[in-house]
Amino acid sequence: MTTLTLDSQSYAVKDGDSVLTTLLSNNINIPYACQQGICQSCMIRSPKQTPPADSQIGLSDTQQARNCFLACQCHPTEDMTLEIDASSQDFVPVTVKSIQALTDDVIELILSHPEDFDFRAGQFINLKRHDGLARSYSIANCRNSDNTLELHIRQLPNGQFSEWAHKSLKAGDPIEMQGPFGDCFYVQNDPAQPLLLIGTGTGLAPLAGVLFDALAQGHTGPINLFHGSREPNGLYWIEKLRALEESVPNFHYHPCLSSDTKHPDFQSGRVHEEALRAFPDLKTFRIFLCGHPSMVKETQRQAYLSGAALHNIFADAFTVGEVS
Amino acid sequence: MSNSLFEKLGGEAAVDAAVDVFYRKVLADDRINDFFDGVDMASQIAKQKSFLTMAFGGPNNYTGADLRSGHAHLVERGLNDSHFDAVVENLGATLTELGVSDELIGEVVNICEPARNDVLGK
Repeated sequence: MTTLTLDSQSYAVKDGDSVLTTLLSNNINIPYACQQGICQSCMIRSPKQTPPADSQIGLSDTQQARNCFLACQCHPTEDMTLEIDASSQDFVPVTVKSIQALTDDVIELILSHPEDFDFRAGQFINLKRHDGLARSYSIANCRNSDNTLELHIRQLPNGQFSEWAHKSLKAGDPIEMQGPFGDCFYVQNDPAQPLLLIGTGTGLAPLAGVLFDALAQGHTGPINLFHGSREPNGLYWIEKLRALEESVPNFHYHPCLSSDTKHPDFQSGRVHEEALRAFPDLKTFRIFLCGHPSMVKETQRQAYLSGAALHNIFADAFTVGEVS
Repeated sequence: MSNSLFEKLGGEAAVDAAVDVFYRKVLADDRINDFFDGVDMASQIAKQKSFLTMAFGGPNNYTGADLRSGHAHLVERGLNDSHFDAVVENLGATLTELGVSDELIGEVVNICEPARNDVLGK
């Protein structure tokens, strides 16, 4: 007999019972519907154990990599610790290592994270201010020996958190962090697969994470990064990405501006339209979309209708106006 | 009848083949694609798969109440018979494209029809 642990409570799994059946019989509230392993309503996670393979059928490879599984299809072969609601994770204290301006309204915030903090570049974390105000930011770097996280924070009009981060936060300050979350990261299943990365504004942060991780893992297929903004000052890391393009043969960088004024150094047009025009047939592609929610939603649909398989489309829509 | 409809259609593999063709048709259909604005596409395809499994006469645990509660927010946005018909039409076209006989398509349509009132909250 195996045991499930959830929020420090233990539940015995009767022989032949699934995780779903066990939870329901203990009056644990968990969404479910078809009970056939199809609808994915009962997807949960076991952060510390690899779930049985047949409970992960139909999930994306990033979900599988995060130990997500379908509770209705899982007959545990070992004791499992469960996570039903990711937002119930504890916040941990971290320290601001440095802050640097990337543009007039974007800062790069480097945090020192605990040694045992496990993440994938491109995932996101929640940061919490002393008064409880919390916001999500994406991780732009791979795991490194310094144990640091790199986040890009744009100052939004009337953005309580971003304004505070820009004006008050300084090196050495303590702050609380929760996570990581999200399925927008690189998993190497097919190193030759073409990758298409499309983002607006600080959507570059998770896309850079995916890019660096793919290169670090030896991705050989073409990687095309489309970064868009309205005006030139909305783009950043231009020199850095152009230099990378020079030195990495399979990386191609396309900075795009949607303003009416033409700029000789940049492609004119909306970033997702430019990307979809350059690559009309996406059947073989893996696509990452990050940034403005309407761009992300529209491009997700367009990419799918252009032939991309849904399990090859990873979308991370940012909140535009900050809400508390 | 020696074989169930689900087996005749090809079982789970047939659902897998049909769901992608079907969902592309639905999203490209201007009569109904507004209803899919703002949905999480990744979770939506799992739902479409559940729907096709049911329509193919496969194993499912859906009840009329599930269908009512699952579509109530769409009925509020104006979901009506014409939209239901459009979905069934896309399903028929999907199966035709996959080489399913008219006779079996008729059986699939007959399975969908009793769900109409629950889906539309009648």
